Amino acid sequence: MLELVNISFSAPSENGEKEILKNINLKLDDGFNVITGPNGGGKSTLAKIIAGIITPTNGKILLDGEDITNLSITERANKGISFAFQQPVRFKGITVHDLISLASGKDIGMTEACDFLSQVGLCARDYINREVNASLSGGELKRIEIATVLARGTKVSLFDEPEAGIDLWSFNSLIKVFEKLHETLGGSIMIISHQERILNIADKVIVVANGTIKATGTKEEILPELLGNTMGPCKVLTDALGGAN
Amino acid sequence: MQNTELDLLKMIADIDGIPSGAHNIRANGETGSRVVTENVDIVTKTDKPGIDIIIKAGTKGESVHIPVVISKTDYTETVYNDFYIGDDADVTIMAGCGIHNCGDGEARHDGIHTFYVGKNAKVKYIEKHYGEGDGTGGKNMNPTTIINIADGGYMEMETTQIKGIDSTNRITNAVLGAEAKLVIHEKLMTHGTQFAGTDFTVDLNGENSSANVVSRSVAKDTSHQKFLSKINGNNKCSGHTECDAIIMDDATVTAVPEITANHIDASLIHEAAIGKIAGEQLIKLMTLGLTESQAEEQIVNGFLK
Repeated sequence: MLELVNISFSAPSENGEKEILKNINLKLDDGFNVITGPNGGGKSTLAKIIAGIITPTNGKILLDGEDITNLSITERANKGISFAFQQPVRFKGITVHDLISLASGKDIGMTEACDFLSQVGLCARDYINREVNASLSGGELKRIEIATVLARGTKVSLFDEPEAGIDLWSFNSLIKVFEKLHETLGGSIMIISHQERILNIADKVIVVANGTIKATGTKEEILPELLGNTMGPCKVLTDALGGAN
Repeated sequence: MQNTELDLLKMIADIDGIPSGAHNIRANGETGSRVVTENVDIVTKTDKPGIDIIIKAGTKGESVHIPVVISKTDYTETVYNDFYIGDDADVTIMAGCGIHNCGDGEARHDGIHTFYVGKNAKVKYIEKHYGEGDGTGGKNMNPTTIINIADGGYMEMETTQIKGIDSTNRITNAVLGAEAKLVIHEKLMTHGTQFAGTDFTVDLNGENSSANVVSRSVAKDTSHQKFLSKINGNNKCSGHTECDAIIMDDATVTAVPEITANHIDASLIHEAAIGKIAGEQLIKLMTLGLTESQAEEQIVNGFLK
C-alpha cells in the first residue's frame, strides 16, 4: 500500500512561492485508483512526487510501511513504482524493443516484447525495431509508454493522463488494457484521467483541485455528482474550486 | 600476425583470424594476408603504397575485407587504395584501421580510398577506426574517401570511430551521376583531449541523383569535434545533410552544414542539432530502474548504434 502523509509542494512563481500541493493525505490500496480534477490542480505533481521526480517540500511517502521519501527515482523504481509520462520521451537510436527490454529489467525476446505492444493495440512487427523518436506519432509514443509500464509489472503503476493524444479507436483498446489490468494486476494502479470511461472502472476516485484532495470515495459515491449534472455546475468540482464554478 | 594485431582485427572488422573471402590485410606496412577470388582481384600498386581492388562487372553477394592494423610506435604511413566496382555489381567492402601504440612516438595511418562505382552497381562500404595502447604517443588517422558514382549507381558508407583516436581529419568527396544515390552514416565518439574533424563534400551532378549524409557524434571530456558538410545541387536532385551531436562534460562541437542549389530543381535540406543529454531522457530511464550513469550509457550507446 502507498501512503502519502502531509505532502506539500511549493514552487517559485512570479509572486514568490506558489503552493502547488497542500497537506495531502492519501492511502492508495491495491486496486484501481483514478485521480481526477481540474487542470492545474496538482494531479501530475502528485504523481511525480510519488515517482521521485519531484521532491516534496514537506511530508512523507510510505510504501508498504517503509519511508521512501528520500529515495531516488531509481531506488523507487526498484522498489516497485512505475510511471507512464503524460508526454512520452523520445530517444534517437533506442528502439521500441530496447525500451521494453529495459523496462522489463532483462533482455527479453521479440515475442515477449511484441506481446506488450499488442496489449496496447500496436501491430508489434511494425514497431518493434523502430526508434522511439519523432518518426512515431504522439499516439504511438503514448501507447509504447504504457507498454513500458506493463512490461515492468510493478506493484505501483502510475499513469499520467494515458488517454491524452490517443485517437478514439486506440482509446477503446486502452480501456480494455486497463480493464484487464484491473482484473489481473495485484498491485495498485493510479491513473490521472478526465475520462468517464476510465472513471467508470475505478475502485476509488480521488478528486484533486487547488492542491488539495476535495473528495475520495467509490465511483458510486463520487461519479453521480461529478458526471451526472451536465447542465449545471458539478457540486464536487464547485466545492473543489471554492465555488468559483 | 601477433595476438595484438588479431585483436585489432576483431575490433575493427569483427573477424576472428583471417577472413575466408577476398581480402587484403595490411599489418605494420606489410601485406599480412591476401586472397583474391574469381571476381575480386587485388593488385599491389607499383608507383606508391597501396592496392587496386578490382571487382568484375555483375559480381553479386561477395564481400571484401581491406583492414589495416598498426602495432608499432613512431610509425606513419600514407596508403592509396583504389576500388573499381564493375557495372551491375552488388558487393560489401569492409575496411577500417586499428592502432595499438604503447610507445611515445606517433602511430599514424592516412588512408586515401578512391571508389569508382560502375553503372547500376551497388556497394556497401563499412569502415571502423579504433585506437588503444597506454603509450604517450599519438594514435592518429586521417582517412580520405573519394567517391565517383556512375549513372544509376548506389553507395552506402557506414563510417565509425569507436574510440581511442587522438586526432583525425576525415575527408569525403563524392561526385554523383544521373540517378545515382549516396547514403552516408557517420558515428563518432571522442574523449579526453581528442580532436575529430569531418569534412563531407557531395556534388550532385547527375539528373535525379540524391544524397543523404547523416552524422551522429558524442563528445566527452575536453574533446573537440568539427563537422563540415557541403552538398552542391548541380542538377535536378535531392540532398539532405544532418548532424546530431551530444556534448558532455567540457567538450565542444562545431557543426557547419552548407547546401548550395545551382539548379532550379535542386531540393536540399540541412539540419544540425547539438546539445547535452536531455534531462527528461535520463529521468525516463531512471523510472525504469536504471541509475543515472546507466541511463547515460544507454542513451549514448543507442545514439551511436
